[in-house]
Amino acid sequence: MSDQAALADRADGDRLTLSASGDWTAGHARSLEGAIESQAGGHVDIKRVVIDMANIRAFDTYGAWLLERLVRTYKARGCDTEVTGLPATFQGLVDEMHGVTLDEWKEPASPNPVLHGLESIGITLVTVLHSLRAVLDMLGAVVVALGRVIVHPRRFRFTSMVHHLDNVAWRAVPIILLITFLIGCIIAQQGIFHFRKFGADIYVVDMVGILVMREIGVLIVAIMVAGRSGSAFTAELGAMKMREEIDALRTMGFDPIEVLVLPRVLALVIGLPILAFIGSLAALYGGGLIAWLYGGIDPDVFLQRLREAITIDHFKVGMIKAPFMALVIGVVACMQGFEVKGSSESLGLQTTASVVESIFLVIVLDGIFAIFFASIGM
Amino acid sequence: MTDVLTERPASGPTQKDAVIKVRDVVVGFRDTIILDHVDLDVYRGEILGFVGGSGAGKSVLMRTIIGLLPRREGTIEVFGTDMTRANEEERAAVERRWGVLFQQGALFSSLTVRENIQFPIREHLKIPQRLMDEITVAKLELVGLHADVRDKFPSELSGGMTKRVALARALALDPEIVFLDEPTSGLDPIGAGEFDNLIATLQKTLGLTVYMVTHDLDSLHTVCDRIAVLADHKIIATGTMETMLKSEHPWLKAYFRGKRSRAGLQMQNA
Repeated sequence: MSDQAALADRADGDRLTLSASGDWTAGHARSLEGAIESQAGGHVDIKRVVIDMANIRAFDTYGAWLLERLVRTYKARGCDTEVTGLPATFQGLVDEMHGVTLDEWKEPASPNPVLHGLESIGITLVTVLHSLRAVLDMLGAVVVALGRVIVHPRRFRFTSMVHHLDNVAWRAVPIILLITFLIGCIIAQQGIFHFRKFGADIYVVDMVGILVMREIGVLIVAIMVAGRSGSAFTAELGAMKMREEIDALRTMGFDPIEVLVLPRVLALVIGLPILAFIGSLAALYGGGLIAWLYGGIDPDVFLQRLREAITIDHFKVGMIKAPFMALVIGVVACMQGFEVKGSSESLGLQTTASVVESIFLVIVLDGIFAIFFASIGM
Repeated sequence: MTDVLTERPASGPTQKDAVIKVRDVVVGFRDTIILDHVDLDVYRGEILGFVGGSGAGKSVLMRTIIGLLPRREGTIEVFGTDMTRANEEERAAVERRWGVLFQQGALFSSLTVRENIQFPIREHLKIPQRLMDEITVAKLELVGLHADVRDKFPSELSGGMTKRVALARALALDPEIVFLDEPTSGLDPIGAGEFDNLIATLQKTLGLTVYMVTHDLDSLHTVCDRIAVLADHKIIATGTMETMLKSEHPWLKAYFRGKRSRAGLQMQNA
């Protein structure tokens, strides 16, 4: 005997007898559903249906539901339906299924593509505005917390800040050194290669000096820090939010901004200028090295030329930008951390948003500073 | 057998057909031994309550049986398949026949209730979406939930609802064995009582074998056919509630006849 689920039919005038056999279980649900649908569709002119379940070998929720569906279909067609021979052990399951009420649940209809496109543009715009507002909210909260801490210095979490400073600045030094060094090398090499065509090799020193001091040093470091520490802040705070740790802090009378956000943001504001300084030095070093090895510019000449090419203003322009970029990164990262909802998916989304948004804002800020410094003649 | 007490119920489940056979299992982490030569049988169609002190290794044995933890020695047979030697295919065949309810529910947080329940169905059975949706509603009603919850995300559910949805997911493929890890912990007494009744009803209607790790004396009283007790890295006793109450073993006395448990008993007798 085959254990395939089967449903044999025998029509007798207006009376239909269906005999079930085999395993009416999850594993055979697919073929069984086919058999049931073909039975339910056929035999148009019957009035009475008897379903004989005596020969089934196994039965589970799937079988019980399909039996129930068959019975409901015949009843809906106005047939007198009867189930016979069902083993007593399975009766409870059939009764359970009998109580199931189906409301028609449909996949939401696919919307008009034009409307859908417009809707998603609208949603994106609202999301952007919302996150801009959230950034401003967080900035305000940080400033308020900072004010409170200045009035009551004992409330400041110094240890926590030092811990974060260690993480975001000290531990980042090797990778920052390596990357800015390589960037310096590449700029110098490209400069020499192209300037040589019109015999202006020596101007590569001006280019490397000004570019690194004003822009590249701080920008590369800010982007690195946004990817390295900004994402970590979001993930930390997000996980704390998910596990209600932030609510716990609040109920104990702590201000999460003061306890969690302020030390992180301040650590970034202190750490980023230091990293930018170290990074700029490494880039200049890399540039000088390549100028010597590849361009044949003697280190003495390089230093002499560098002294003439860059002024203290170039250095200041770079350094002034650093703490503001740090503030943007810290505020965006912490804001996104607090936006995390219950699911692990949202943690991932917010972390991505944190990095993308902070890098974007860092570059926008850099542009604004460029206009500002140009107009005051620095 | 090293059991102090090993008595099988006279009027127990219909057949003495052991679906899970644990023999001589040793589990440890680094140099600590958690389970020391443990033997356990779980019979078809029974509800086995598994008790033991906090940190005694109740969950460890469950996780070892379902293959989440490695063991050092011993064999574990499920449905007659030796899980020690089973190849991937045989393992998968056995795994399809059990469902697990984790302590925290372990619902996938990025999927809705409906998708959570349909996840194993979609993987293992090639059935049309319509049948899947109907089965989802049936399973939700089976665990006492309204079909309305199917579009919610796990983060929007209360503790009791999470447990019920997790149970519905564990039952999605109509397993023969369900493992429940502290199903009533974190529920209020009314909710816990309802959950116990639910398990008993489901066990009867679906003919399940239930392996329940629990601390809840009320659950042990009301729904469990047999109780196994883990202490000092061994199973010190298996048997019915009456056997446990009669025992003179100091740990059993403290557990089943302590102040808290007596309060529970009196309430029930009253």
